[in-house]
Amino acid sequence: MAIFPLRIRDLRYQPNGREVLAGIDLELGEEGITLVLGPNGAGKSVLLRTICGLIEPDAGSMAWGDEGARRPAQGVMMVFQRPMMLRAPVLQNVALGLKPLGLTAAERRRQGLAMLERVGLADRAEDSARQLSGGEQQRLALARAWLTKPRLLLLDEPTASLDPSASGEVERIIREIRTDGTRVLMVTHNLGQATRLADDIVFMSAGRVCEHTPVRAFFARPQSEEARLFIQGELPWRMRFHGA
Amino acid sequence: MSAFAATFSDAFSLLATFDHTVAEIVALSLQVSGGAVLLGTLIGLPLGACIAVGRFPGKSTLSVLVNGLMGLPSVVVGVVVYLLLSRSGPFGGFGLLYTPLAMVIAQTLLVIPLMAAITRQVVEDVWQRYAEELQLMRFSWWDSVTTLLYDCRHSLLVAVLAGLGRAMSEVGAVMIVGGKIDRATRVMTTAIALETSKGDLALAIALGVVLIVIILALNALAFMLRHWAMRRYG
Repeated sequence: MAIFPLRIRDLRYQPNGREVLAGIDLELGEEGITLVLGPNGAGKSVLLRTICGLIEPDAGSMAWGDEGARRPAQGVMMVFQRPMMLRAPVLQNVALGLKPLGLTAAERRRQGLAMLERVGLADRAEDSARQLSGGEQQRLALARAWLTKPRLLLLDEPTASLDPSASGEVERIIREIRTDGTRVLMVTHNLGQATRLADDIVFMSAGRVCEHTPVRAFFARPQSEEARLFIQGELPWRMRFHGA
Repeated sequence: MSAFAATFSDAFSLLATFDHTVAEIVALSLQVSGGAVLLGTLIGLPLGACIAVGRFPGKSTLSVLVNGLMGLPSVVVGVVVYLLLSRSGPFGGFGLLYTPLAMVIAQTLLVIPLMAAITRQVVEDVWQRYAEELQLMRFSWWDSVTTLLYDCRHSLLVAVLAGLGRAMSEVGAVMIVGGKIDRATRVMTTAIALETSKGDLALAIALGVVLIVIILALNALAFMLRHWAMRRYG
C-alpha cells in the first residue's frame, strides 16, 4: 500500500490544556528531504512523534496514500536525537530492526554487515555500540533505521551536538537514504544544514506551520514574518515581547 | 585454651582435612540452592520483565504484590509446600516430601518474588528509554522482553545474587520440607542449627565459614564480571 501523499489536516495536540500542536496543515509528497525549522517549543519534535504514531493527537486527521488510510501499515521509522544503544556490539545493534521480521541470525548478520559498510562502520562491527563517538552512534542509528527499508524516515535533530565533520558524514548518509527512495522529514536548528540538505522547508512557530516552501524560496523570500526573523537570528519570543 | 578458641580450632581442622561430612553437606546445599536459583532465574527474570513491559489491568497491584512477597517468611513457604507435598496434599502422590527436590521447590518459591521484583525495577528503567524505538521497530511484547533482559543482563546479576543469598541462607522452609535427614536432606543452614543444638559447635562453625566464603566468592565473581562488562559494553 502506498503511504504517500501524506495529508495532515488541522492536527492538534494539547496535553494538560497547553497547545503544543495548534492545527497543523501539511502535505508530503513521495520524494525528497523536508527540513522542519523553527524555534524551541514550536512543536517540531512533537509533530514527528505524532506522525509516526507515538503520540495520539487530540484532533485533526492524517491521511496516508491515495486511499487515505488513518495509519500506515508499515514503513515509517524515526531516529532520535539520543538513539537507543544496546549493551552489545555494533553489528547486533544495527541488525536489531530485522529481529521482528523473522530472518535467520545469519541473514541478519549478512544484511547488518552490508549496511555497516555503507555507513562506514564495518571496521567497528564487533566493538561495543556504547563506546562509539556521538557521530558514530548517529550513523549506527541511521543504519538501523535504513536497514528496515522505511518509506518515510523521521529524523529528530540527528546532528545536534556533533562537530562539523561528524555532521557532514551524517548528512552524506541522509542523502544516500533519500537516493535509495526513502522520504525524509527532519528537524534541525542548523540553517546551513538546511541549505545543504533540504529540498523544501517547513517552518513552524507556536504549534503551527507558518510556511512550507522550496528551500531556495524560503531563504530568498520567506513568506512569514516569523520565518524572516528566525533566519535573521531573531527569536520569536522577542517578537512577541515587542508585541509584533 | 578457651572453649571459644578450641571450637574455632576444631572447625578449621575439619575444613583443613576436607572432612567428608562437611563436604557432603556443602555439596547438597549447592545443589539445592543452585537448582532453586536456576529455576528462579528462568521464572523470576522473565516474570519481572513482563510486569515492567506489559500494559494490563492490575499491573500496579501485581507490582506491589511481588514487592511485598520479597519479604515472604520462609517458614510460611515451608508450611505451604509441606501441605502440597504431604501424602494428603494435591501432589502427595509424587512422594517428594523430605527429598532434596522438595527443598528446591520451597527455595524456588522463596526466590522468585525477590528476583522478579528486582528485575521489574531494573527493566522498567531501561524500558522507559527504549520503548518508543522498540515500538517503532514493531517489536512484539515478547521480543521487547527478551531484548531488555539481554540488555540488562549485567545489572540482573544483582537479582541472581540476591536470590542465591536468600536461598543459601534460609533455614525455615528447607527444614520443614526437607526434614534435615542425615546424608539425604541436610544442608548447611539446617546442619548448623542441628549441630548447634546438639553441642557440636565445631562442625556448625566450619559449615558457617564455608557458607560465608561461598557467598563472598560468588559476590566477588559477580562484581568482577560486572566490572568487566561495564568496560566492554558501557
